[in-house]
Amino acid sequence: MTQDTPEARHRRLIDVRPRLVSFALMHLRDLSRAEDAVQEALTAALEKDGSFAGRSGYETWVFGILKYKILDVMRAQKRQGKWQPLEDEGDDDEPIERQFQQNGQWQKDARPSSWGEPEAAFENDHFWQVFDACMIALPDSAARVFSLRELMGLSTDDICRELGIKENNCWVILHRARLRLRACIEKGWLKETAS
Amino acid sequence: MMMCKEATRLMSLRQDRPLKFRERLSLRLHLSMCSACRECDRQFELLHKAGQHKASASEGTDEERRAP
Repeated sequence: MTQDTPEARHRRLIDVRPRLVSFALMHLRDLSRAEDAVQEALTAALEKDGSFAGRSGYETWVFGILKYKILDVMRAQKRQGKWQPLEDEGDDDEPIERQFQQNGQWQKDARPSSWGEPEAAFENDHFWQVFDACMIALPDSAARVFSLRELMGLSTDDICRELGIKENNCWVILHRARLRLRACIEKGWLKETAS
Repeated sequence: MMMCKEATRLMSLRQDRPLKFRERLSLRLHLSMCSACRECDRQFELLHKAGQHKASASEGTDEERRAP
């Protein structure tokens, strides 16, 4: 199969690079750091090319390498004390409070509407532009926990160990992150598409 | 009767761990009566799938590979 020559794989690395950068950016929130992590992952992928078993899932394998690189960078950042403590980000709950009335019911203008079928949304470039923009707009710690959970697929238990927070705190952060994201995406995607 | 904000907490929680019996029951009851929360639940589910989608390599080449 032509797909499995080293040259074909190099081409596939070039093709997949923008998506790797976008993925790394969600976690590291800094373009040059994201590009560095991707560069390291691509270099590692090329070096270890011989150890790739062939068959299928080459891009998945490369994504796997990138995930390790990202975790390494995050751990290093944490060790160097570059992270704000996660506990005290109750500073700006406004985007969440705005969605609910005092009694806990939805505000009229914040009531969720239908986003249609996931598959249709995922095929829509505009959806991904809005999704990425809304991820970037999240507060740092919310974005970090959300991306570890939903993009990296770590359990909240693992995230707590990684970040040194309590699991309950993790769930609170994820709840807020999801509410912020849903409001942001609904505003950016549905309302613009409709107009 | 549980309010929408609390219901969204449980919807979010169940993306991260299995709900306890009582949590499941009260969420189910709320969702049966609240269409806005049913939409929110679908949106959380979509966010979860979007994360998986972003973290996987499933454009074009995958399909080529799946072809016999």
